[in-house]
Amino acid sequence: MTKRVYISGIGMISSIGKNVDECLESLIENRTGLDHIKYFNSIHQGVIPVCDVKYSNEELFDLTDCDKKGNYTRTSLLGMIAAKEAIADAQLTAEEIRNSSLISATTVGGMDKTEDFFNEFLVDNYKPKLRNIVGHDCADSTEAIADFIGNKGMITTVSTACSSSINSIMLGTRLIQHGFAERVIVGGTDSLTRFTVNGFNSLMILDKQACKPFDKNRNGLNIGEGAAFLVLESEDIIKRSGKKHYGYVSGFANACDAFHQTASSPDGQGAFLAMQQALISAQLEPNQIDYINVHGTGTSNNDLTEGIAMKRIFGETLPPFSSTKPFTGHTLGATGAIEAVISLLSMHHGIIIPNLNFSEPIEETQLIPVTQIQKNQNLKHVLSNSFGFGGNNSSIIFSKA
Amino acid sequence: MQAYITSTGVISPQAEINAGNFPETPQLYEGNRLKCVDPDYKEHIPAAMLRRMGRVLKLGVGAGLICLKNSSIEVPDGIITGTGLGCVEDSENFLISIKDNNENFLTPTPFIQSTHNSISGQIALFSKCHHYNFTYVHRSFSFESALLDALMQLDEKTETKNMLVGSADELTDRLFIILQRLGYWRNDIESNLHLLQPSSKGTIAGEGASFFLLSNTKTPDCHAAIADVAMFYKPENTEETKKQIQAFLDRNNISMNDVDVVLTGINGDISNDAVYYDTFKMFDFDNLSYYKHLCGEYNTSSAFATYIASLALKNNTLPSYFNLKGKQTNKVKRVLLYNHFFNVNHSLVLLNQC
Repeated sequence: MTKRVYISGIGMISSIGKNVDECLESLIENRTGLDHIKYFNSIHQGVIPVCDVKYSNEELFDLTDCDKKGNYTRTSLLGMIAAKEAIADAQLTAEEIRNSSLISATTVGGMDKTEDFFNEFLVDNYKPKLRNIVGHDCADSTEAIADFIGNKGMITTVSTACSSSINSIMLGTRLIQHGFAERVIVGGTDSLTRFTVNGFNSLMILDKQACKPFDKNRNGLNIGEGAAFLVLESEDIIKRSGKKHYGYVSGFANACDAFHQTASSPDGQGAFLAMQQALISAQLEPNQIDYINVHGTGTSNNDLTEGIAMKRIFGETLPPFSSTKPFTGHTLGATGAIEAVISLLSMHHGIIIPNLNFSEPIEETQLIPVTQIQKNQNLKHVLSNSFGFGGNNSSIIFSKA
Repeated sequence: MQAYITSTGVISPQAEINAGNFPETPQLYEGNRLKCVDPDYKEHIPAAMLRRMGRVLKLGVGAGLICLKNSSIEVPDGIITGTGLGCVEDSENFLISIKDNNENFLTPTPFIQSTHNSISGQIALFSKCHHYNFTYVHRSFSFESALLDALMQLDEKTETKNMLVGSADELTDRLFIILQRLGYWRNDIESNLHLLQPSSKGTIAGEGASFFLLSNTKTPDCHAAIADVAMFYKPENTEETKKQIQAFLDRNNISMNDVDVVLTGINGDISNDAVYYDTFKMFDFDNLSYYKHLCGEYNTSSAFATYIASLALKNNTLPSYFNLKGKQTNKVKRVLLYNHFFNVNHSLVLLNQC
């Protein structure tokens, strides 16, 4: 039997808090992070709401407690804060951090600086400062995180649109299962940019109000920003050290919808395959899943097809499910890791976070999410979905040991 | 576990090499910039899709589909792509459109196609592949990460028999200028074939896409076998670099003497190349080969090197123009690829004859 891979540390920063405790408190007290655009220039300020992290880049730098002034993008800063919290939570020593592997995920990397650089560049190729472009590529934030926490092991970056960071958790788990690593720090980070806000706006899938996942009158998503990291450790380490953990990764799968660049197939085939194969790899029956943290973006297409796919897997009686995106927004490359942390917190504290802003079910599926916080739940197995452009669909299952 | 290369699809600045042959002399490019020789994309990609594709999508999807066409497989058991910078042209186009239209009434196409995983996604779309679909974006670790993932995938599930793995990076005019300002390129170079004389600062720019169909069983059409891949980050000094390479050789139970060709990322830049010379001096090994004069420098050029290695192993020969001393190698049973990017991202790939 494959050895288990445990989660021994978690870290998260999002629009609802700068660390796991603050985020959890917001989730329990129904406080969303939805706000006006504040930290970048856009004509959409005051029109399109976003779930932004409530700190300027200078304030984020202070939050890192980094002793070395650097040329950090917002994506890097968010990742540094969440990764640092995760390794502290796992109580890793400097030596352990050094020898860990690091897998990060992002969709636009340093685009926040690039887009300002590029506007100047279009006027005069030789004028804009190069320091504002060197952090453009996706690897930059990963290396900034590695250098900041003192990691020297294998590092890499995943970018599969909105499923990116669930995929980094999956990859980290596999690296341990294959014996390439004993300890992997996995997660994702993305900051808000004019690029992504305008991108999703051009697709006409941004709600000008708070998003309403799985509601009949849903009208699009709210974009957010943030980062989350998890420390994965091998069964051997956990047994040897007896250290605390949040459970283990029991199953996962990635599948491709292969239907359209952005829209999902009418029967949610990719989502169906991801959930089905994740259950097979976890050796679990659908009725053993106690909670689903759905992708639930609030777009017409996603929620309908994800619902259809869930019904194909679970039949008419679904486990309790909710989308937590009304709290955090859709944080793109960070969303899989953020929702993994929320799923682990749900399992750990025995709570189910409600799906805000829901009033009427979608006609075709008639699915009703959890709308009030549920406490004292015994959640043994939780499933989390993340789906992205390119039909990239991933599901992961966490289980209580 | 070894993975066997059963098919390839390559678009590089070297037309004859793309076709699977080592030419007498490589294609010459004056100046410091190499461009891919485009195939007739219409033969491989539906015209309606082709019109909307940025250059790297054409390169990547084109090479991926050529690789599948050259194989007996219609639907691979998974698609894994590495790209250092992804869809540069589409990102530029969307940024321009944001600026020119003041964020109003934008066309979503360049945004959709700017997504880093659009190469893998579109190959899946065309080949109707519902299986594993992944994309890595980490400088000179991008292709190597994809390769490592493919090796793991082929070892994981009984139903996974093959994996389409590859990479693509494009060079736009704007990217060329930005990298020039960052000091990447050498301005005084006569042609790509003068890359090493005399050594100076900077190198030549390139681009390309290389895809491989890997199988977990040896087949009669096998070109070469990929035995292992490793990456290491920011070694502190040459001693550590040497140690990492030695550990890689050790875990494959071989020594440097067992390697017929060491294909390095030597690119003509003095400080870049010193890393190779200094490291191999410590191994007392001086029979180095290089490939970047044929494809230029870009994040995923190591995929092109993997292709060169597979051709050399298949034909049991490596032409003289790859060797630093100008020697032809007539027995090629094992090739070690070693590439690094600014002494930060180092990677090793070991290939064997089938």
